[in-house]
Amino acid sequence: MAAKTKSYEAQKRMGQFFVNLVLVIIALIFFVPIFGIFITSFRQSETIFNSGWWEFFPHRSWKEVAELKLPEGQNTSDVMTFTLDDGTEFKGDYQTLKSGVAVGNYRGVYHGAKRTKTLKVYERRWKGFDLNLTLENYENVLSGKKITYKGEDGSLLTRNGSDLGKSFLNSLTVTIPATIIPILIAAFAAYGFAWLNFRGRKLMFTVVVALLVVPLQIAIVPVLQDLTAMKLTGKFLGIWLSHTGFGLPLAIYLLFNYISTIPRDILESAFIDGASNFTVFTQLILPLSVPSIASFTIFQFLWVWNDYLVALVTLGGGKNEVVTQTLANMVGTKGNDWHLLTSGAFVSMVIPMIVFLALQRYFVRGMMAGSVKG
Amino acid sequence: MASVTYNHVWKRYGDVEVLKDVQLEINDKEFLVLVGPSGCGKSTALRCLAGLEEITEGEILIGDRVVNDVSPKDRDIAMVFQSYALYPHMTVFDNMAFGLKLRKMPKADIEKRVNEAAASLGLERLLHRKPRELSGGQRQRVALGRAIVRNPQVFLLDEPLSNLDAKLRVQTRSEISKLHQRLQTTFIYVTHDQVEAMTMADRIAVMYKGIVQQLDTPQNLYNSPKNLFVAGFIGSPSMNFFNAKIRTDGDNVFVDHPAFSVQIPDSRKEVYRSMNGKDVVFGIRPENIHNPEFAPPGIVKAAIQAKVDVTELMGNEIFVYCIAGNTQFVARVDPRSNYTVGQTIDLVFDMTNFHIFDLSTDAENPEAVR
Repeated sequence: MAAKTKSYEAQKRMGQFFVNLVLVIIALIFFVPIFGIFITSFRQSETIFNSGWWEFFPHRSWKEVAELKLPEGQNTSDVMTFTLDDGTEFKGDYQTLKSGVAVGNYRGVYHGAKRTKTLKVYERRWKGFDLNLTLENYENVLSGKKITYKGEDGSLLTRNGSDLGKSFLNSLTVTIPATIIPILIAAFAAYGFAWLNFRGRKLMFTVVVALLVVPLQIAIVPVLQDLTAMKLTGKFLGIWLSHTGFGLPLAIYLLFNYISTIPRDILESAFIDGASNFTVFTQLILPLSVPSIASFTIFQFLWVWNDYLVALVTLGGGKNEVVTQTLANMVGTKGNDWHLLTSGAFVSMVIPMIVFLALQRYFVRGMMAGSVKG
Repeated sequence: MASVTYNHVWKRYGDVEVLKDVQLEINDKEFLVLVGPSGCGKSTALRCLAGLEEITEGEILIGDRVVNDVSPKDRDIAMVFQSYALYPHMTVFDNMAFGLKLRKMPKADIEKRVNEAAASLGLERLLHRKPRELSGGQRQRVALGRAIVRNPQVFLLDEPLSNLDAKLRVQTRSEISKLHQRLQTTFIYVTHDQVEAMTMADRIAVMYKGIVQQLDTPQNLYNSPKNLFVAGFIGSPSMNFFNAKIRTDGDNVFVDHPAFSVQIPDSRKEVYRSMNGKDVVFGIRPENIHNPEFAPPGIVKAAIQAKVDVTELMGNEIFVYCIAGNTQFVARVDPRSNYTVGQTIDLVFDMTNFHIFDLSTDAENPEAVR
């Protein structure tokens, strides 16, 4: 019996080990590139062109320690011998030396053509953190003015700034109302669907849920036509309405699932206590639905923030451009400027990360919303 | 403080009739208990009074006012729910003050009333806690407190004790009774537990299948149930029933059962004389069946024989489950009796205390024939 339990325990531990292993691998797959972008975004543009982000970490690299001249009397077409101060000898004909000769910790490489008669000696040495970091990338990517930076070969380049700072503000202007408006509407609607009796309630709710399956890409053209007719294209109100429309079915469905699990007794008790439907909604339903509202806030906020298609179609380009559009444009105009692309990507990531971390304890609970009572 | 009247109240959900012609007159300051098995419509009756359900037909009056179309908040009632229905995100104080705040009462008054109610229920120390930090009994008292502060005309209690453990239930039962005496308000209390009904009520309305079977004081319900259902529902263990026939033999009237034949005493026989040959149900409560050795003096004895099936010693008495003919019945006999299972024993019925129900009338709602 005891042995059986033990083997069961061992099996369980093995199972857990593999689960954890897989989780760690998945986490790494996601984390490593993001971390790479993070490091890159702080590195000098010149360094980025010449080395990978991992060279930021301490590592051993070849460092030139000496330059030896071919001693008098040796012929470049024969076997040559270079001698270092400490007596280390590098021997070989031109071809051998050209491809490098390793002796101990050193490595000798013939420099250039035969006639230079020079051998460069490298030593493998530890290099510390590459602290040659800068905030200039962020400054440059946010700025809308002319910017200058060093290119691959160290020459100064001048470009027009992408003005990500302005796009960032635009994104906030789009995202915050486009998150709050659907929540307000959906909370009222969900309360109505869950607790009020009216004709066609079931049918309407079914229609709302059915709208979940309509792909955004199909609806976007008619929506654009409507916005054009109302002269709302290129304006924030237009995109707020579009996002509200696209977000409402899910919002209503999520909040309905949660609100309908609130015990009926509580609401009835409030009605007897003298509450109207509106009081019940504001004083009971809203405070009690905070977890599900928070989880939907995350969904909607991330979706709107990362949205490119709706923004492109309804806002177009120009002064109201949002972060995703600016980043996409940068890939086109500044495709080689890794330092700008990476810092831009990070700027666009900051707000969603803050929102997620602030609300994540509700997120995990919110995903369970409605499935388990209590 | 007000009386409550149900005037021919019907409640239908489609074809399902939940309340059938309910008529109740509940006096001012009365403690009325609605009791019945689950699904009998007792909760619906209460919810109709609260205004949480609309009635299909008839009218409900609180005092002299017809409240059919009055919304719950304007009926001047307070309700205590089985689940307590406390507002989970509010403190005990806010829970109790909620109704007063909605009625725009001045803050000082609210505080005074809540503190008074809390003091009377022993909740002073808990006012700043949230419901989830309270025990079941404390939550129950908060629910009561929330009803008290409103100072309503009628208190409605929907199975308020069924979520408490047995010991707390007994304790809270007496607290509610005391509360009723102190507040001098009309209480309407719904329960499925006939013990609660018997111990607390001024009057009990026994409901079954949407019909009020009998409305009477606990004593009368116990002593003279109007029909088979009430007889079987009130009392624990419940009354024993024997399918029998009335037989007149000269001047005497007998009840014939395959296993026994007992004579109805002279004082009551005239009532049953006309029922000669009729199929009836003969009912007798377990405590009216005695071991002949220990039978109290002054009763009219009728001897029978039965086979012991199971015995349960309760300390102060023994429950003997017996079989006579094909009928199983229970007797509560003196603990000095010594019975073994399978033994055939002599018992006596106390013929001053029996019931006879006429089967020829409606089986669901048979008229009492006493």
